[in-house]
Amino acid sequence: MKDVNVVELVIVVLLFLVVTVMGFAAARWRRAESLMHLDEWGLGGRSFGSWITWFLLGGDLYTAYTFVAVPALMFGAGAAGFFAVPYTVVIYPLVFLVVIRLWSVSHVRGFVTPADFVRSRFGSPTMALLVAITGIVATMPYIALQLVGIEAVLKSMGFTGSGFAAELPLIIAFLVLALYTYNSGLRAPAMIAFVKDTLIYLTIIVAVIVIPGKVGGWGHIFDSAADKFSATGGVILPATGQLGYATLAFGSALALFLYPHSVTGVLAASNRDVLKRNMSALPVYSLALGFIALLGFMAIAAGTKPIGTDGNTIVPELFQSSFPSWFAGIAFAAIAIGALVPAAIMSIAAANLFTRNIWKEYVHKDADSREEARVAKIASLVVKVGAVAAILFIDPQFSIDLQLIGGVIILQTLPSVALGLYTRWMHRGALVAGWVAGMVVGLWMLYEIPKKDPTGAIIKEHFGGSSFPLSKLGLDTKLTIYPGIVSLAVNLLVVVIITLILRAMKVADGVDGTADTDYTAEREDPSFRELPEPLESAPPGVAEEAVRRG
Amino acid sequence: MATASTPPSTPGPQDAAPRRSDRSPWNWLLLIPIVVPLIVPLYNAVDPKWGSFPLFYWLQLAFVALGVATTALVYRMTRRPAAEREAAARAATRDREG
Repeated sequence: MKDVNVVELVIVVLLFLVVTVMGFAAARWRRAESLMHLDEWGLGGRSFGSWITWFLLGGDLYTAYTFVAVPALMFGAGAAGFFAVPYTVVIYPLVFLVVIRLWSVSHVRGFVTPADFVRSRFGSPTMALLVAITGIVATMPYIALQLVGIEAVLKSMGFTGSGFAAELPLIIAFLVLALYTYNSGLRAPAMIAFVKDTLIYLTIIVAVIVIPGKVGGWGHIFDSAADKFSATGGVILPATGQLGYATLAFGSALALFLYPHSVTGVLAASNRDVLKRNMSALPVYSLALGFIALLGFMAIAAGTKPIGTDGNTIVPELFQSSFPSWFAGIAFAAIAIGALVPAAIMSIAAANLFTRNIWKEYVHKDADSREEARVAKIASLVVKVGAVAAILFIDPQFSIDLQLIGGVIILQTLPSVALGLYTRWMHRGALVAGWVAGMVVGLWMLYEIPKKDPTGAIIKEHFGGSSFPLSKLGLDTKLTIYPGIVSLAVNLLVVVIITLILRAMKVADGVDGTADTDYTAEREDPSFRELPEPLESAPPGVAEEAVRRG
Repeated sequence: MATASTPPSTPGPQDAAPRRSDRSPWNWLLLIPIVVPLIVPLYNAVDPKWGSFPLFYWLQLAFVALGVATTALVYRMTRRPAAEREAAARAATRDREG
């Protein structure tokens, strides 16, 4: 272990203490009904206005890992890493009309998870179970990646050894996170999101002003990148990389709002107008992300070297060399705290899926609401412990691979969750068949992607990235494509074919638990209802049962 | 047992949501910021530069503004009539106080 930078450590620990106190205090705010807008926290339309929703969704979608990994990708692979910008541009017009339908139907029918919706819309517990499992499996590595972000910062601060002592700060950070999420629920990450965003924006603005001046200006930054990638198109994409770039951006955009934690953020908005306004306000984060991505090129110009083989340390190392220790400390705290917000929301979303759609549905149908809450809270702990274990005991690179797989598998819930908001034409049996087909194709394609170093030599045989060479399908081309798009196309094709077959055979199609008018319901409608608190909630039907018993 | 697997409460005719529609010709505008940023040949070039920024970077950053402008315009044009919005605001305030 090299020497730990004391100034940085003190600043990070101080800021960490501040958010810890806020996290625990968040639970108390609830009891005082009138304290500012903070009693509005709690999923379910207690009135998250535009601002709170902006912070919540921003903290939820633009994670610390994004801030660390996107510039690392720019540093290692060049222009291809910039896909994060078109990805986060196309997403908002894409989901503009979709999220408001999801909001409306969820508030009329009391849905908290995407699996709740599928269960009711298609009358299919099986498809709901698949959606829940997909959601949990895709979310777990996402949480683990937040830890990778914190780990990169810790390494840069000097915690570079291996063994228990070096991992201890990470364990403490996550223990604290686990405790206050357990204690305060969704309010904790919500409050912390304000601090996180303030620190992140401060860091980016300072970085974009200070670093280019230090390394010789923007012209020099792009020139050094062009030199480094001169073999593969310089600062632009090689002709063969264009299809892969567009499909990766589009596929990632389709996937993002299918993640259970995004749904949690959407449902917390107070009305449809808030969501629509946010679809034009959230891209401010995308602009910031664009400049964060360019930190990767700044690191090339500055001659920054990653610690060991961990490419994720590029941004922390760049800050380390460009800023005085006190400001590097603030920037590191921004990344670390930025990891806690999405990690907390993700673990709550995964716990909700487990409790409502697996435990209640399959394990213990008679669970009362107290038991529901207890199970959900314990599940949120298990999810986080699992994430820490994943980081400590397996190679971080492995969780990055898992995250890549996560994006591809969550896309397989698109027909039932997203298209289901518009049409019930798909047969429930066909949805299951499409999910299976999409899964098989997606995983096979990911398995077949080798990882290559800049000279073209193969470093790793399988799960080496998101660019599937079309030549593997027997096509005479050097083009690559994102497996998520192909597997989704296969999924949709199977859904259409099997639906036609099942309809022709007149196989029973279940009952639609929703009505057409649900999808356009507004807050003031008599059918509108508050959604229950996450982690203290029971799935649809259970509340009524409890009332009847009482 | 049966209650757990049925939807919460079936809204009766008295508390059904009014029939509305999200349809509007303005929605078609949303296709522009979805399609344009995905046409890679449009911006996969170094020149023309904007300052020191190659086309690839400044144009994609400019697409952020395209997305904001389009979604803001569609939001404006598909907003509910003022009277309805006031009723909605009153309902929200009532919820909060009640």
